[in-house]
Amino acid sequence: MNTTIHIQVNGKKHSVEVDPSTPLLYVLRNQLALNGPKYGCGLQQCGACMVLINGKAEPSCMLPVAAAKDKTIVTLEGLIQKDNTLHPVQEAFVQEQAAQCGYCMNGMVISAVSLLNENPHPDDTAIRNGLQRALCRCGTQSRIIKAVKRAATKNAK
Amino acid sequence: MNRRNFLKNTGCLAIGFSLNTSFIDVPSPMLQELPASIKRHPNIDAWLQVLANGHVRIFTGKLELGQGIGTAISQVAAEELDLSMDLVEIVLADTARTPDEGYTVGSGSIEQSAMAVRFAAAAARQKLLELAAQQLGVPVEQLTMNNGTISTRNGNSSITFNQLLKGKQITDKVQAPVALKAREDYKLVGKAIHRSDINRMARGEQHYIQDLRFPGMVYASIVRPPAYEARLQQLDENALQKSIPGILKTVVNGSFVGVIAQDEYRAIKAQRWLQQHSKWTAGAKLPVGANMISYLKSLPTQNEKVAEKGSIAKDDTAWIKAQYYKPYHMHGSIGPSCALALYENNQLHVWSHSQGIFPLRESLAKLLKLSEEQIQVTGVPGSGCYGHNGADDVAADVALLAMAYPGKHIKLQWTRSDEHGWEPYGSAMIMEPSALLDSAGNITSWQYDMWSDTHSIRPGGDANNLLAAQHYATPLKEKAGFSGGGYRNADPYYTIPNQRVDAHFFKGPLRTSALRSLGAYANIFAIESFMDELAEKAGKDPFTFRLMHLQDERAKAVILKLQDMISTIKPPANTGIGIAFSRYKNSASYCAVAAQVNVQSNDAIQIQKMWAVIDSGEVINLDGLINQTEGGMIQSASWTLMEQVKFDVQHVTSRDWVSYPIMRFNQVPEVEVMVLDHPNEKAMGAGEAAQGPASAAIANAVYKACGKRIRNLPLQA
Repeated sequence: MNTTIHIQVNGKKHSVEVDPSTPLLYVLRNQLALNGPKYGCGLQQCGACMVLINGKAEPSCMLPVAAAKDKTIVTLEGLIQKDNTLHPVQEAFVQEQAAQCGYCMNGMVISAVSLLNENPHPDDTAIRNGLQRALCRCGTQSRIIKAVKRAATKNAK
Repeated sequence: MNRRNFLKNTGCLAIGFSLNTSFIDVPSPMLQELPASIKRHPNIDAWLQVLANGHVRIFTGKLELGQGIGTAISQVAAEELDLSMDLVEIVLADTARTPDEGYTVGSGSIEQSAMAVRFAAAAARQKLLELAAQQLGVPVEQLTMNNGTISTRNGNSSITFNQLLKGKQITDKVQAPVALKAREDYKLVGKAIHRSDINRMARGEQHYIQDLRFPGMVYASIVRPPAYEARLQQLDENALQKSIPGILKTVVNGSFVGVIAQDEYRAIKAQRWLQQHSKWTAGAKLPVGANMISYLKSLPTQNEKVAEKGSIAKDDTAWIKAQYYKPYHMHGSIGPSCALALYENNQLHVWSHSQGIFPLRESLAKLLKLSEEQIQVTGVPGSGCYGHNGADDVAADVALLAMAYPGKHIKLQWTRSDEHGWEPYGSAMIMEPSALLDSAGNITSWQYDMWSDTHSIRPGGDANNLLAAQHYATPLKEKAGFSGGGYRNADPYYTIPNQRVDAHFFKGPLRTSALRSLGAYANIFAIESFMDELAEKAGKDPFTFRLMHLQDERAKAVILKLQDMISTIKPPANTGIGIAFSRYKNSASYCAVAAQVNVQSNDAIQIQKMWAVIDSGEVINLDGLINQTEGGMIQSASWTLMEQVKFDVQHVTSRDWVSYPIMRFNQVPEVEVMVLDHPNEKAMGAGEAAQGPASAAIANAVYKACGKRIRNLPLQA
């Protein structure tokens, strides 16, 4: 029941031999060896597995890989710029030290990039709404909000 | 890579260790106490090695749990050896490479591991200076050290660590007295040094156990029983193979069921199929429909006197009494537990995010009937665990599967439902304080009774407490764990002449173990809520009332600082500010917390802002300390406002984030932390200081906002 599926991830085309109902997350992590998107719940409840699909943050843990084949997928790794410098949102998370265990950081960064794509200057409420789907258990949310604000300030410049 | 040979192949340098008496700040050997970890592992090269590239590699028996311990320990080492941070590497707990430092728990990693590394690095410094003095023919006092090079003060000659050691390591024992760097010369310790691992996390580089990949690696899943003590009656492997072809192996031992497959999704599909198509006995029935407080109090108990002072006038009619309740809580790691294992040539290698890989190795040896020498456990960071979650259990699961399917790396990632349904929860607790006040408003007598299940069933070197062992064909029975965690902070830090504190331990319906701060969270919730109730009866404000009952100047200092921080805030309508204080374990960090809470007409509680003042003695990493304290308040806000493990007659029904909601962004308060640094006091961990006082500060704020005194968690107005 494996078939060949072509997906476009981080600007590159990949073909994978896979059961087409396999969630995109497993393909990204196991076939493509990407670490950014994480398994958290497999139920689209925690945001650990977020990726950008056509520029918007979406959970990848339930989406069949077959449904992702005509879409542009960007993971945390794909945000890093050509000269190996961090994306402004990633950089802001480092500057604010917005992590403890860091397991949620992928979902936070991807959600923030998606938010800032749509709304370059979000207020506090818009930031909270933009991150609402992503859970953090260490309690670093206050730093994450500051990091998103820092990245948004950079947008203004 | 064979890591066993790593230590064997490194050379040794056994040169007599003489003390250089020219150090004026060398304390007397009678006065200087070596850290306990150093006493157990005295050789310098157990903690520190100089690499060929000039970097210094530090070995710690502790694991990175998200508390930033790797950075804090590196800071201490870099400071003593005058290295820049990028020249220090750290190796986390590994049974083949690092010292055995037991469990990474109780906010003890700074006190134990960082202090051990400080002494080892300082002793290495002494040794390197002596060697350089011999080589360069100048006295030690004329030498300076910088980034791995030792130079004469006049700059005429210099020599590197590597040139001195010639590929060997310093095997001398650390012996008191060790000349430690003077605190006024610190360049790194106490500063808010960035954690280098956060950059790697932001890039999506390999960091977590979930990111480990090996050629030919296969994937596994576990099928747990539908109830505690349910036993497997029927499982049809052939039908599974027909429905989901390509399963590599099904492992059944009694009621332990695991499936190994070529790809992860197939392993998950097999798990779902078996959950639907296997037959089990009914198992233990959980108590439903009962009032949990009266149910738990009706259970048989083992009683322990925790504290007794003065005399208690039991028949006095003036006793002020209250009863508080905390339900079962989950650790709630965002990444469920995960482990990998490879069994090959009679050797088992396990990769685990357990907080205690050395005791885990011992437990696995007993479970699998292997010798400890046949097992290597490598610690790899996982998602934050906040105590004893499924980490040890999943490691035992995958070790069993590896034994049954040798020659391949096997990865086992528990599902969300596996973790939520089978992790050992933080125990439900009932707390009943009572007090007598005199006419001046002083507490003269205090009685406190608390009921709790165990707060630790960590495997601790036995196989019994691993889930797999309990599901075996010949199951092992759970062994009672550490009861002391239940009454952590049960005796108040306040000066009260007559006191009696008693703990009553029951065996409750759910599996329980260590959850961050153990019993301290619930005990401080009760004591600090009750302190506000008493303050009101005594006609005192909450600050004054606490200060009246404290002798310790550092305790008073955090409370006074908190009072100062919030003095100008005037809460609007339906909004109140509550405070609370504790000294964690009555012997570690001091922390005072304030919460500003709004209670709307529909009884919705919104925590708007929280403030903390913390004193952890000597600060190692300022930002790490602030981060832990901010996170402690937010995590506690979630526990306090929203959380309880739910179950039906069969099993736990809180199996995902909808049935066990935790705080999301729209509810998270703003937080502010003030640190009181005491560079000449002992450094103390801070990871568990804020949770207790945060809970009572919120409850006290709810009372101020709407007049409702809520004594049962989660708080619902």
